[in-house]
Amino acid sequence: MASKSGSVSTGWKRVLGAIPLHVVLILICIAWIIPSAGLLVSSFRPRSMVATNGWWEAFKTPFAFTLENYAYVLTRGNMGRSFVNSLLIAVPSTLIPIFIGACTAYAFAWMRFPLRKPLYLMVVALIVVPLQMTLIPVLRLFNKIGLTGNFIGIWLAHTAYGLPFAIYLLRNFISQLPRSLIESAQIDGASHPTIFLRLVLPTSIPAISSLAIFQFMWVWNDLLIALIFLGGTPDVAPMTVTISSMVNSYGGGWEYLTAAAFISMVLPLVVFFALQKYFVKGVLAGSIKE
Amino acid sequence: MHTNYILVAVVALAVIPIFLWAYLMITERIAAHASRKAAGILRPWFWILPAVSLLIIFLVYPVVNTVVLSFMDARSENFVGLQNYLYIFSDSGMLVVLKNNLLWLVFFTLVCLMLGLLIAVLSDRVKYESVAKACIFLPMAISFVAAGVIWRFMYEFRPAGTPQIGTVNAILTALFPNFEPKAWLFNRSTNNIALIVVGIWMWTGFAMVILSAGLKGISEDVLEAARIDGAGEIAIFFKIILPLMMPTITVVATTLIINVLKVFDIVYVMTNGNLGTEVIANRMYKEMFNFRNYGRASAIATLLLLAIIPVMIMNLKRFNAEEKNG
Repeated sequence: MASKSGSVSTGWKRVLGAIPLHVVLILICIAWIIPSAGLLVSSFRPRSMVATNGWWEAFKTPFAFTLENYAYVLTRGNMGRSFVNSLLIAVPSTLIPIFIGACTAYAFAWMRFPLRKPLYLMVVALIVVPLQMTLIPVLRLFNKIGLTGNFIGIWLAHTAYGLPFAIYLLRNFISQLPRSLIESAQIDGASHPTIFLRLVLPTSIPAISSLAIFQFMWVWNDLLIALIFLGGTPDVAPMTVTISSMVNSYGGGWEYLTAAAFISMVLPLVVFFALQKYFVKGVLAGSIKE
Repeated sequence: MHTNYILVAVVALAVIPIFLWAYLMITERIAAHASRKAAGILRPWFWILPAVSLLIIFLVYPVVNTVVLSFMDARSENFVGLQNYLYIFSDSGMLVVLKNNLLWLVFFTLVCLMLGLLIAVLSDRVKYESVAKACIFLPMAISFVAAGVIWRFMYEFRPAGTPQIGTVNAILTALFPNFEPKAWLFNRSTNNIALIVVGIWMWTGFAMVILSAGLKGISEDVLEAARIDGAGEIAIFFKIILPLMMPTITVVATTLIINVLKVFDIVYVMTNGNLGTEVIANRMYKEMFNFRNYGRASAIATLLLLAIIPVMIMNLKRFNAEEKNG
């Protein structure tokens, strides 16, 4: 046992020795936050200032902040409609694969049928298939049956692309439910739909919420699939597509670009801060996806 | 023609769930009316049918079809053998693309892993761990498109002598008086690295979260025992922590690699592949939409699949091992 004075001095040594650790860590954190902070500040600055001096000058008096950039991109820049489009794409593209995936996961976990194992291995293999491998044939199919440029086509595409991971994650969870739970419900005469809807779905809420956040963020932030299956139609374009075409047309119009980018970040950021725990869980579970 | 939003919303939120629910109920009625044996065979197929048919239409069939198209000409009319593949490995533009992907693969993966590990280890020792991790993880929630805008603004260039509005040039000119501001995205010697930095900014959080979870799994007793034996913190890191974390590091590395091979959005938004920054996925997009050469586009996609097949096999093996243990 060290004497009291000894432990105090080693305590001090520890504090001093830890200073480099804090400095490095805090510097990294600042470096990580600065890019987003610059965007946020710039989006509230008037046009003349964004273009002539750095965003950090905004904190010098006289302060000059404005909401004009937001008003402009939401009304004339098509961002208002794109926000609605992003919602109309992302919500169904999250709900449908979860429901279909859960049915399939339930069958894989609790029913016996021929080809069960090979079919499930196919699902696992499909998790990592690059979507690029599917674009040309699916686009041709969509062109043939008129599904390009509308929401139904993109819901179907996102559903199919999200399914392998959804089935994998949900089957892992659903197959861990106690056998006695399922069997006693069957003995009570409950049908499969009843067991699934009343028992399996409610008990799987933790896995479903992680998956929902993961899939929602994925669809919300997707550019490639929207670009290919929705074409350039501004009518149905989600925010990612609208912003990337704004980058091309406005080039250096930073006051608008920053406002538009921030609008697209609001919902993910709210989800992130409100549901960080589930989000991180989804990412942990998703570490084998893509 | 304007899309009718209300109709779309109603379809999305009411019709689809009711349709799916009705599907389950109707198929159950069919199964219930069938003989016991027939029901046992039919029912599982009813349950997996929607998913399996979607997977076949959108993934299995297209993958096979794309491989076939990769041996055909631009309009998928004539068989051309290996011509598209020969093009990929001989065209000077394509060689730049392959070189860029290699650059991405090495830098992105290594830096994400090392920074992720560093932050996981450092933040494990401080009281503000959750705040620090949230800062690093935050970019994961943002789209690549928004990140592209953020970083185009970071890299913005103004001629020397005028006030810099881009943060990177502003910091460097403030720190080093002799520094010449650079157009990071236009300068051929810096633009690829500038793009990779964006990827690193977005994905380090992912590496950190998973590595940090792995780190917390290491028993405190083992580390305490090593400390009592007089091992320094650095020796502990390299001799104990690192070897124990190898499986986690492998998982993170494979995920990063799969993602970096398919990188598209960052390049599309920031440079559109100009000035020697093109990568595989962007080239495929251009072959598909700008040049309408479906043969070459398919061959490029197939190349991507070939690169990912080892990971697929690893996943299947890991899954088989888990099933045997479970």
